[in-house]
Amino acid sequence: MEKRSHGGPILEIDRLSISFFTRLREIPAVMNFSASLQPGEALGIVGESGCGKSTVALGIMQDLGVNGHIVGGSIKFKGREMNTMTREELRDIRGSEIAMIYQEPMASLNPAMRIGKQLMEVPMIHEGVSKAEAHARALEVVTDVKLPDPERMLNSFPHQLSGGQQQRIVIAMALMSKPSLLILDEPTTALDVTVEAAVVELVKDLGKKYGTSMLFISHNLGLVLETCDRICVMYSGEAVERGTIEGVFNKMRHPYTKALFRSIPLPGADKNARPLVTIPGNFPLPHERPNGCNFGPRCDYFEAGRCDQDHIFMEDAGIDHESRCLRHVEIDWDAPRVASVQTEKPAPGCVVLKMNNLKKYYEVAASTLFASGDLKVVKANETLTFEARESETLAIVGESGCGKSTFAKVLMGLETATSGEILLDGKSIGNIPIEKRDTKTVADVQMVFQNPFDTLNPSMTVGRQITRALEIFKIGNNDRERHSRMLKLLDLVKLPREFSGRMPRQLSGGQKQRVGIARAFAGDARIVVADEPVSALDVSVQAAVTDLLMEIQREHKTTLLFISHDLSIVRYLSDRVMVMYLGHVVEMGSTDQVFSPPYHPYTEALLSAVPIADTKVKKKHIVLEGDIPSAINPPSGCPFQTRCNWKDIAGRTRCETEVPLVRRLDNGHQIKCHLTDTDMANMEPVIQITSE
Amino acid sequence: MGLFILRRLGVMVLTAICLTFIVFWLTNLYPKLEVLAKTQGNFRMSDEAVISYLGNRGYTQALPVKYGQWLGVVPGYIIEGSDGEIRSKCERNSPPTDETPTFCGIIQGNWGFSTVAKEDVADVLPTRLGNTGKLMFWVLMVMVPGALIIGVLAGMREGSRTDRSLSTVSIIATATPEYVSGVILIALFATPLFGMQYFKGTATSAMDNITFNNFFLPVMTIAIYGMGYIARMTRASMTEIMTAQYVRTARLKGVSFANIVIKHALRNALIAPFTVIMLQVPWLLNGVVIVETLFNYKGFGWELVRAASNNDIEMLLGVSVISVIVVLMTQLISDIGYVFLNPRIRIS
Repeated sequence: MEKRSHGGPILEIDRLSISFFTRLREIPAVMNFSASLQPGEALGIVGESGCGKSTVALGIMQDLGVNGHIVGGSIKFKGREMNTMTREELRDIRGSEIAMIYQEPMASLNPAMRIGKQLMEVPMIHEGVSKAEAHARALEVVTDVKLPDPERMLNSFPHQLSGGQQQRIVIAMALMSKPSLLILDEPTTALDVTVEAAVVELVKDLGKKYGTSMLFISHNLGLVLETCDRICVMYSGEAVERGTIEGVFNKMRHPYTKALFRSIPLPGADKNARPLVTIPGNFPLPHERPNGCNFGPRCDYFEAGRCDQDHIFMEDAGIDHESRCLRHVEIDWDAPRVASVQTEKPAPGCVVLKMNNLKKYYEVAASTLFASGDLKVVKANETLTFEARESETLAIVGESGCGKSTFAKVLMGLETATSGEILLDGKSIGNIPIEKRDTKTVADVQMVFQNPFDTLNPSMTVGRQITRALEIFKIGNNDRERHSRMLKLLDLVKLPREFSGRMPRQLSGGQKQRVGIARAFAGDARIVVADEPVSALDVSVQAAVTDLLMEIQREHKTTLLFISHDLSIVRYLSDRVMVMYLGHVVEMGSTDQVFSPPYHPYTEALLSAVPIADTKVKKKHIVLEGDIPSAINPPSGCPFQTRCNWKDIAGRTRCETEVPLVRRLDNGHQIKCHLTDTDMANMEPVIQITSE
Repeated sequence: MGLFILRRLGVMVLTAICLTFIVFWLTNLYPKLEVLAKTQGNFRMSDEAVISYLGNRGYTQALPVKYGQWLGVVPGYIIEGSDGEIRSKCERNSPPTDETPTFCGIIQGNWGFSTVAKEDVADVLPTRLGNTGKLMFWVLMVMVPGALIIGVLAGMREGSRTDRSLSTVSIIATATPEYVSGVILIALFATPLFGMQYFKGTATSAMDNITFNNFFLPVMTIAIYGMGYIARMTRASMTEIMTAQYVRTARLKGVSFANIVIKHALRNALIAPFTVIMLQVPWLLNGVVIVETLFNYKGFGWELVRAASNNDIEMLLGVSVISVIVVLMTQLISDIGYVFLNPRIRIS
């Protein structure tokens, strides 16, 4: 098919409304959404889950499924109305002119088809090229997305690649026929931060190289800042603020945007001196939206009788900047933030938990189905040594496969240590599996899990689940006592008492996580392992849950082991940080020590990879090559040497052959690296906040 | 891989031993033996005569000993009977000679003697198996492609009119057992009752010469039942695949609907039904028993029925051994085939 050339904007969306129809009612998912996209421009759509941002993307592709329908407005692609296109016309455009990149790369690649075939299909359908030519094209694009050994890549099945490589293949597939519009729907959410940084970099470069316009859908404000020219903030099916990146980030003109920014941990936020401000209330369900402003009930600037009356339209709020707020002119946007409740930083108490040269190795068979051949040893944890004090927050940071979850399992007693010991109050528990631990120990060491959706029993009421934990911990003499204790626990996690009779499916994600926390604290846990407790939640909910954890910790003097890959939140709430890579602790120290030079090269890269939603922050640009090596087949010498940017300075051969020793710097700061003291001293800080 | 097959074979032997022991025990219950003695000897035998008849032919030995003899791990009996004749197991109840082997069980390749057919089990079973093999082959030829086509057509557009009508048909098909559908088919198409006497051949003649006329009904009777079941499985798997993200990827890549179904969905959708199809093969043995009896087609199932009603001990045991082998072989094939269909578990 000939590609049409077109002078005006690539995409014009005008008052688009999309609804889903169920047997009961019509559910409006997107209302009056307008946007336009110029050639070569990148537009970011930001919002929390359920705000309709993905629906917009699928609406543009005209792929809303059986229940979804466009009920109003128009979508013009290169001046042609897409809503009235026939199936054939749409098929011609899909994949050749508009391509899409999805959230989960593994799920969006056909598992039973070789990568090459999936890539070659695109030009073969749209341009009718020969197999050989398509193959040559695929090879070229795979080289473009910087995948090693392109021939082999084309010949493999999706499951043989890592997550990052899969996402690169999806990107390659989208670029196969040089589309004019690329829609990216949360393209990096499933990836690790350092891989994410590399993929984002790649997308930006390719966008420039091919001159593609991009529609970037994300919940991550920092990512949008790094990739886009313009931004559109959505709330509950409507665009609430629209403008250039600088305009919206520096001069936000909608209370929701402002609240969103206040609830994410930017550098400078601190759990004691400058805590996050949470957005009160919950996201309205599509059929329970209020009159007037959707954000009204949760807004600080709400004015009864005005904000809850008629439909509110977009108004100009400066050059190339619009806001859906009646009061955007009246509000004093530069007013200093109201000093929120400040708290004293509690002094860390005595040592509660002590790890001594803890090691955990697994033996795995090389192939699982046809078990034969040699066993391989996976070194999941290598000589962990640290201590954690009462009412201290110790963050454990690292990407997937670094051994942080294994460590949590060993501590909980789900696995036993291979060697070394874990001392809880001077008592060794490292080799006692959970079935053999006494009730007190089990109640003392508890866990809050990552995914609140899977960790609650779907057929048991909330109250029953908490009471069950109380029964197991042998707390309370009879059912009445346990019931009242359960209600107190609900108070503790700030859930209304009537929730005790509800089923988990009636709760939102944040509420479920609160139940999870209540359960963990049922037996007055002294050590709580929080395994990515907020990463599955929306930004505004994250702040509330984090706050709750901190508050309970202050009251109960709990030791919190906070496992996370999100450095912003770690910086915000932890006292000490431990950075892990492939089972090794590469750096450990207080939060300030870890977040300022000297760094371990891996910490440096991690810091640089985390997107920060603040235009004032200048970051040193470090992109790591390649993927995280597999723990089954770790590199020789230093575990990080395959991706390290400092290898030439530290001495190649040394890094490749010797495992570095732990170097102790001042005040308990330790780094596992071959770099000399002078090299370390010359490191520049990664994050700098420029003053205006 | 070799180890995997070896382990499977081990399981097979173990299952065969357990199953044959149960069959052996049930067929050697005394009342059953009494019937055997009376049918073999004469119906007006006195109780004492029955005892001496059974004793002379080794039936009154302890159960484990008898089982061991059948297996071939215990020396075959040589009994001097109350009537003065010497009978040995290995010479079919004739006096032993110098060449008579000590062991003559199934391990030595001696499948025993059918008291009903008056022939060696090893001679009867191959012809019977051959007949059933022909039947099964045609059943699979009709059933598998038919079921897959119905399942894929129904599953590619969930909730459409095609889906609903095909689903209804397959549910009715699975809900009708062979002894019902067989009778209905015979009544409809092979009798003058409804004026549709299209199939005039008898299945008995199909043993020598298969024609469309004499074989269509028995094949269809078995195929219809399995077809509904496999079609349901294929449909379920297909509808699931059609909502998978990679099908959306293909759709938004501009692939046409026909190509989405054929190139992207089909192979993935066949992974689940493949196992079901292979598990369906042993199930077919069930249908074979009914249909072969119904159509008087002398195959494996027909022989099983005859042996069971006459307490033909060694024939029943032979049938059991063969059944175990068939069931476990199909499972082995299904596991290996699964690996080839699903690249995710392919061995490196």
